[in-house]
Amino acid sequence: MKNFQYNSAANQPMALSLISQDDNAKFLGGGTNLIDLMRENIEQPDALVDITRLPLDTVTELPDGGLRIGALVRNSHLAGNVLVRERYPLLSQAILMGASAQLRNMATTGGNLMQRTRCHYFYDGAARCNKRRPGTGCDAIGGFNRIHAVLGTSCECIATHPSDMCVALAVLDAIVQVTGKGGERAIPLVDFHRLPGDTPQLDTNLRPDELITSVDLPLMPFARRSLYRKVRDRASYAFALVSVAAAVDLQDGVIQNARIALGGVAHKPWRAITAEQYLIGKHPDDQTIAKAAELELEPAIPFANNGFKIELARRMIAGAISTLVREGTHR
Amino acid sequence: MSIVTKIVQAVAKVLPDRGRDELAGAHTYIGKPVDRLEGREKVTGGTKFSAEYALPNLAHAALVYSTIAKGSIQAIDISDAEKLVGVIAIITHENAPRMKDPPLTNPSGGSGGSAASTINVLNTGKIHWNGQPVAIVVADTLDRAEHAASLVKVSYEPQPALLSFHAEIPNAKPPKNIMGEDTLVKRGDAEAALENAGFKVDESYETPRYNHNAIEPHATTAVWEGDETLTVYDATQFVRGVSDTLAIMFSLKPENVRVLAPYVGGGFGGKGSTWSHVQLCVMAAKTVGRPVRLALSREGVFRIVGGRTPSQQRVALGADETGRLISLIHTGVTAKTPGNDFAEQFSFPARHLYAADQLLIHQTVMDLDTVANTFMRAPGESIGTFALESAMDELACKLKMDPIELRLKNEPALDPQKGTPFSSRHLREAYQLGADRFGWKSRAATVRANREGDWLIGQGVATAYYPVYRLPTSAKVRINADGTAIVQSSAQEMGMGTATAQTQHAAERLGLPMEKVRFEYGDSHLPPANQAGGSSQTISLILAVEAAFEKLKKELLHLAKKTGGSPLADSHPDDIQAMNAGLFRKDDDDVGETYSAILTRAQKSGVEAVATTGQPLESLKYSMHSYGAQFCEARVHAQTGEVHIARWVGAFDAGRILNPKTARSQFCGGIIMGIGMALTEETLFDERSGSLMNPSLAEYHLPVNADIPNIETYFLDIPDPISPLGAHGIGEIGITGAAAAVANAVYHATGKRIRELPITLDKLM
Repeated sequence: MKNFQYNSAANQPMALSLISQDDNAKFLGGGTNLIDLMRENIEQPDALVDITRLPLDTVTELPDGGLRIGALVRNSHLAGNVLVRERYPLLSQAILMGASAQLRNMATTGGNLMQRTRCHYFYDGAARCNKRRPGTGCDAIGGFNRIHAVLGTSCECIATHPSDMCVALAVLDAIVQVTGKGGERAIPLVDFHRLPGDTPQLDTNLRPDELITSVDLPLMPFARRSLYRKVRDRASYAFALVSVAAAVDLQDGVIQNARIALGGVAHKPWRAITAEQYLIGKHPDDQTIAKAAELELEPAIPFANNGFKIELARRMIAGAISTLVREGTHR
Repeated sequence: MSIVTKIVQAVAKVLPDRGRDELAGAHTYIGKPVDRLEGREKVTGGTKFSAEYALPNLAHAALVYSTIAKGSIQAIDISDAEKLVGVIAIITHENAPRMKDPPLTNPSGGSGGSAASTINVLNTGKIHWNGQPVAIVVADTLDRAEHAASLVKVSYEPQPALLSFHAEIPNAKPPKNIMGEDTLVKRGDAEAALENAGFKVDESYETPRYNHNAIEPHATTAVWEGDETLTVYDATQFVRGVSDTLAIMFSLKPENVRVLAPYVGGGFGGKGSTWSHVQLCVMAAKTVGRPVRLALSREGVFRIVGGRTPSQQRVALGADETGRLISLIHTGVTAKTPGNDFAEQFSFPARHLYAADQLLIHQTVMDLDTVANTFMRAPGESIGTFALESAMDELACKLKMDPIELRLKNEPALDPQKGTPFSSRHLREAYQLGADRFGWKSRAATVRANREGDWLIGQGVATAYYPVYRLPTSAKVRINADGTAIVQSSAQEMGMGTATAQTQHAAERLGLPMEKVRFEYGDSHLPPANQAGGSSQTISLILAVEAAFEKLKKELLHLAKKTGGSPLADSHPDDIQAMNAGLFRKDDDDVGETYSAILTRAQKSGVEAVATTGQPLESLKYSMHSYGAQFCEARVHAQTGEVHIARWVGAFDAGRILNPKTARSQFCGGIIMGIGMALTEETLFDERSGSLMNPSLAEYHLPVNADIPNIETYFLDIPDPISPLGAHGIGEIGITGAAAAVANAVYHATGKRIRELPITLDKLM
C-alpha cells in the first residue's frame, strides 16, 4: 500500500475543506472497500479524510413520512432499524444478504453507494482495464465474464455494480443528498450511478469534492409489500449473479403501481422501468408477468459466459412479482 | 514392473503377518473421544504459528510476481523501490546468492528433499509461470516491504506458453508410473466387451483447477547463526523434508538445519512440499544478515503454491441385465509442469473397487506452463471417484436398478487389479449402516419425483474410497524414573488431532495415564517422520512407537534382572504387559513393578530407545483400503438452479477409530471440502495470460456455513487385522465420493446430469 496522509474531520466544513486541499484525496467511511482496494494498489489516494466523527449516523423520520438515513449509518444498524423493517422490508433484506456480519458492522450507507466493481480484471493490476486505467482496453470482454453485465454495457466496460443495498434503494425512489463546494444537491439514486459508456472510470455522478450526507426515502406505503431476492454462487458472502428488488401496489386484482430493480446485471442498479410500465394497470396473471420480464430483458446482450443471466433475470422478475401478488391476494 | 519389484512382491506374499497387537482390545484411551490437547490453547490464542515469532531485529519480506507465463526477464528497475525508507534489500536473479537446484519430492515418500518444483526461482532469469517470484524485497516492516515490492518494475521478453488444458489434451503422454503404480492396467478386451454389453455408459467427466486455502497462509521465518547454522519456522506438513531441501540448496550439514512447525493452520497437501518462498526467505535472511519473515498473502498462496490439476476423464461401464460389470474403462488426462512430476492418480479407485470381467485403466499427463500442481486432500481419489461414481449412478439408472444394489452386486472377492486378498473390506456394512441412517428405503425410484414449492428434492449416493498408506518412520520413546514418558518424532500436527491421538496411543501402549505422557513433534531434529500425507501418519507413528517400546521392554527387563530382587527377574518380554505405570505379568497381573521402581533400583533417570520402521510390505501381500458410503440430499431451485445440500450421511469403514471426536472432524471436514469441490470452488485460470483471476477468499468460493447442512458421520470401527492397531488413516477419505454423491442427488432431483464440476446454477437452469 502506498503511503498516504490521514486526517480526521471534526465537522462537515472541515471535511469539505480537507478534501479540496488535495486533488487525490478520498473520504474514508467504514473502509471496507476502499482500504481493500488500497491494499491491492488499485486505489492510491495521497490523502484520506476520515469522516466517521461527523454526526451523520442516525435514521430520522421526514415530515412526509419518509426516512432520512445518515450517510454514516452502519449497514447493520440500517438493516435492523425498526422503521426500515416495517416500511421498507426489502431494504433490510437486501443489506442482510450482502457481505458478512463483520463487514456490515463497519460499512456505511454512503460507502455502500461508493463500492467499486468486483470485476476480476479490475482487481488484477496486470490486466487491461478501462475502469482502472482508461484507454488500456477491457480483458473481461474476451475473458471470464460470467459475473459481468448484460444490460447497459459498452465496448469499453462490462463491469457490474456490486451493491445489494443500492438495488433496494433504486426501487424505493431514494434520493442521495450531497454537499460540496458548489452547495447542496439532491441526486435521485437511479441517476447517482452511471452506465460505463466511454468513461467507465467514473462509477458515479458524485463530484470529487462532494460529500454524501444522507439517503432519503420518500413515503411509499406499498413498499411494505416488497422483497429482495438474491441468487449467487454460495449461500453467504458472495456477490449477486442476479438479484431483484420489487414492490407491488395491488388493488382489486389490478397492479396500481410497481417498482422493480435488478442487481448484478449492469454497471448500476438497473431500474426495470419497462417491466414496471407494462404491469401497471394490468391484472397480473402468469402470462402478463412473463411478458413484462421479457420486455425488460429485450435489450440485453450476452457475453461468452454470462448469457444465463438474461434468462435468470427474467425468471427472477417473474418470480418476485408472482410472489408479491400471491401474498397480496392472500392478505 | 521391474524384476526387483516382482521379486519383492513375491517375497512379501509369503511373509508372515504381524502378530495380534497387544492393544487390540485395549480401550482405556484408545477409542475415547478425548478433547484435542492443544484445543484450549489454540482457541484462546496461546499457540504460535510460523509467522508469529517475534524475533529481535526481524525484517520482513514481500514478493514481486511475474505477470507473464513464459519467457525471460529483460530488465528490472528497482530505482523507485530502493529509495523508500526502511528498505533493506531488493534481491533479484541479478544479485541473488546462488543456490543448488531444488530437490524434487519423491511422491511415494522418503526424504532427501521435498521441493514442489525443480525451478530455481531467483537463480534464473527465465519465467516458467505467471506468478513466479521475480524479486524479493526486504524491509524493516511488512507495509514497507509490500509498498516497495509494488514499485519494482519488470520488463519481459515473452515466449508462447502452453496454457490451455483442452488444447494440450492431444499432446498428453503416459507418465513413467502413477505414484509407483502401472500407468496402464489391462485385463481382457474391455473396449470389445463394452461394445457388446447390453447396458452401457460411456461418458466424459471434467474437474477444474482447485487452489489451496488453508486458514493459515504459508509463512516462513528464517534465522541464521553464522553461515553454517540455520533455524526455520515454517508452515509445513513435512519439517524433515523442508530441512533436507534447505540443507541441499544451501550446502549445509543436515544437522545444522532445524525446521520447526509445532502448529500448522491446516495443510491438506498444500504444505506437503517445500514451495519457493521457503528458500527465498532463507536466502533473504542470509543476504541481509538478520532474521527474515516471509508471510504469503492469500494472493501469494494462489500465485506460488500449486493446487489440484484439472482433469478430463472417460469412464465407460458395460453390464449385463443383472447389473454385473462386464467392462470397466477409466482413462483420462491431467496436467503437470516441466518442473515437477506429479501425475494425479485419478484411476486408483477403479483399480480396486469393482469386480469387472474386463478392465482398462490408463492415464496420460500433459505439461502446462503454470505453477506446479500438487497434492490436495485425496489427490486422485477425490476427482477419480467423482467420475467413476457418477458413471455407476448413470449405469444404475439405465438398468433401473438401485445404485446401492448395483455397487454391492459388483463387490470383488479379491483385489481386482492385483488379485491379493483384502486385509479388511466392509463396504457392504457401511452401505447398510448409511442407508438405515439416511432413510434410503423411502427414496423415489424415479427422478424429479419430489418437490416442495419451487424446490426439487433428490437423494444421491456414492462410494468413498482411499488407500491405506504406511511410510517408514522413526520414533523415540523415553520413560523416566519419575513415571513420565516422552514420545518424539518429527511428525506434524496441522490440526488433525495427531498429538492427541498419539498421546492416547502412547499412554495405552506404556500403561501410563495420558497426563504422564508428552508427545513431541514438529521439529526436524527429532527422529525423522515422513510427510503428513496420504493419511499415513497415524499408523506410521503407531508402529514406530510400538517398535521403540518393544526395545524398552527388553531393556527394562534386563535392568530388572541385573539389579536383582525384581518380581520380573525371570520374565520374558512375551510374558509381560504394560499396565499401571509399569510392567506386569500377563498370567498374573499382580506380579510386576512400576517403571519408577525398576529405574530407581537401577539408579537410572530413565531409559530410551529409537525405532525405525521399514517399508510397508504388508500392502504387497494384502489389498489395504478404507471405504465409505456417502449419502446426500440436495434441493435444487426449479427456476434459478440454486443447489442447497439439505442432509448428509457418511458411513465409513476405516479401521479402528482411535478418537471418535477428532475422527468426526476429519470425516466432516472432508465432506465439506467435497461439497465445495462439487458446488462452489473453481480457480479461474485465464488461458490468455496464465493468470489466476480469483486469488482471494471473496472470489474463490469456499463453501460457508450456510452452504453446509448438518452432517451425520458414522464409522463401523472394525479393526483391520493387518494394519497397526487395526487403524487406518482417515484424513482424506471424507472428501472421496462426496462430489459424486452431490452430482447424483442433483440428477435425482432434476433429471439433469452434470459431468463438469463445479455444479453451478447456470448449468442447471
